[in-house]
Amino acid sequence: MEYKRVAITDKAIKILNQLKEKHGELIFHQSGGCCDGSAPMIFEEGDMYLDDSDILLGKLEGVNYYMNQDQFEYWKHTHLTVDATEGRGSSFSLEIPFGVRFIIHSRLLTDEENSHFNK
Amino acid sequence: MSYSKPKFKEGYENFINGKFVAPIGGQYFDNTSPIDNSLIAKYPRSQKEDVDSAVVAANAAKEAWGNTSAAERAGMLNKVADLIEANLEEFALVETCDNGKPIRETLNADIPLSIDHWRYFAAVIRAEEGSATELDANTLSMNIKEPLGVVAQIIPWNFPLLMLSWKMPPALAAGNCVILKPAEQTPSTATLLLEKIAEIFPPGVINIIHGFGPEAGKPLASHSGVDKVAFTGETTTGQLIMQYASKNLNPVTMELGGKSPNIFFNSVMDEDDAFLDKAIEGAVLFAFNQGEVCTCPSRLLVQEDIYDAFMERVVARTKAIVQKNPYDVNTMVGAQASNDQYEKILSYINIGKEEGAKVLTGGEACKLDGEFSNGFYVQPTILEGHNKMRVFQEEIFGPVLSVTKFKDEAEALEIANDTLYGLGAGVWTRDAHQLYQIPRAIKAGRVWVNCYHAYPAHAPFGGYKKSGFGRETHLMMMNHYRQTKNMLISYDKNKLGFF
Repeated sequence: MEYKRVAITDKAIKILNQLKEKHGELIFHQSGGCCDGSAPMIFEEGDMYLDDSDILLGKLEGVNYYMNQDQFEYWKHTHLTVDATEGRGSSFSLEIPFGVRFIIHSRLLTDEENSHFNK
Repeated sequence: MSYSKPKFKEGYENFINGKFVAPIGGQYFDNTSPIDNSLIAKYPRSQKEDVDSAVVAANAAKEAWGNTSAAERAGMLNKVADLIEANLEEFALVETCDNGKPIRETLNADIPLSIDHWRYFAAVIRAEEGSATELDANTLSMNIKEPLGVVAQIIPWNFPLLMLSWKMPPALAAGNCVILKPAEQTPSTATLLLEKIAEIFPPGVINIIHGFGPEAGKPLASHSGVDKVAFTGETTTGQLIMQYASKNLNPVTMELGGKSPNIFFNSVMDEDDAFLDKAIEGAVLFAFNQGEVCTCPSRLLVQEDIYDAFMERVVARTKAIVQKNPYDVNTMVGAQASNDQYEKILSYINIGKEEGAKVLTGGEACKLDGEFSNGFYVQPTILEGHNKMRVFQEEIFGPVLSVTKFKDEAEALEIANDTLYGLGAGVWTRDAHQLYQIPRAIKAGRVWVNCYHAYPAHAPFGGYKKSGFGRETHLMMMNHYRQTKNMLISYDKNKLGFF
């Protein structure tokens, strides 16, 4: 069985596809902190400087999903699903002009998933 | 007493080079009120070319503005303060409508504090001096403070006018021109302010650009025509802005949030007196401003031997919070600032429950009746758990408190510092040793001791760790907006003798 840390809803895929059409190659980065933090942000590939401290959680429709390793330490026992909701964040995330925001729904990893990822 | 929704024009414009101007591309977005999800007005959806024109205007104005006297600049800052004060109720009402916070907060906190920050920096530049040192009998080292030039400022939506008033006065006082982008959720009070103060400053000194982060914020933060970027927001955007600034070798200041511990030692319950009453309120301050505060005391740490008795009172006080029409002066907690915030907060409450946190009160959306049924309200919520849970580690930016207990000082400190952030903290005790030693051992830029959520001008505010750097609301912010010109003067008539 294939295990995944991240998933995406159909609603979010639709927006993701629109963004791909407009901007080309993209990445997700999970933000932390104030205001619009603790939300996934999406940028053109190459816009954000990434290195070994950014953990690749998985690929969503071909788009890499990253999180800083410090934050990952507190998140690694949970499974994330990217969804979209009406709203208006104020970050540089590319979906904002559409009047929608990507949002994360989380659940605990199952015992099997946990022993696969965090053994 | 209750107010009602204020009147707005159909649409508003950017403020560039001393005038209100339409966005070059002609696009606008609808700004809505989170109180009832109703339309407020249309605001410019600015693009790079609008930012370019503000940068041109600011650069054209910077030399003359940088050469004005401190007395002139201070006079203008004081005039701004007077105009906000003369229209305090109007500003408060517009802020409540745009952000969703209760009117008693805007009337008594947001707007009065904003006024004071303008006055504070007007006073600072009249009193401060440069420095001069006689290095030897014939050599004088003289330090003159010079403005950077053009400053870009990007502010959040949780305290719209107050965040503007933290950022703009020190930059202007230091002699810089400013281009400020308000958050797209809350553009109204910045616009109202410029309507009141447009005549005070020369054209180009203050510029306001509305719009979305990727379309207007990014071109502003990465512009080679600005000399500094100041940002309040979250970590990913913070990293991006630092990256863009590195291309221009520009300085930045960052305020990026926190997960602030609020620590109550057992001595707070030694007496059932006014101080204990204050301490209980101090724990319930997590619900202040709907929890949409970078320093929200969102992690409550209580010593185990008073835990049950203390929490009984905290829960009772939380249940007594009045959450209804934000325009009513008796309302204590209003609406979250936007639908996506509302959804995010509810999603965090869910993961908290899933991780095994116990809901002591709240835990759900708050459904209001009538026109408010379309607004974004969340019940003040207390979750009991442990510090490794995600609700203890991530900034939820909602009225959600995560509580846990500790045995002794060492454990309190271990939990308090087990976080990526270091913006604020609270320490409550009657023990004189703890009053000093515990705050010193906490890795955070602001530790409130036997109080919380006070933000007076003249007390520096800023973060450790991933909460950022730079110190606002204090005269030391001036140096984040200035260069030091060192003049090294020789009074020696004799040559060195090398050549």
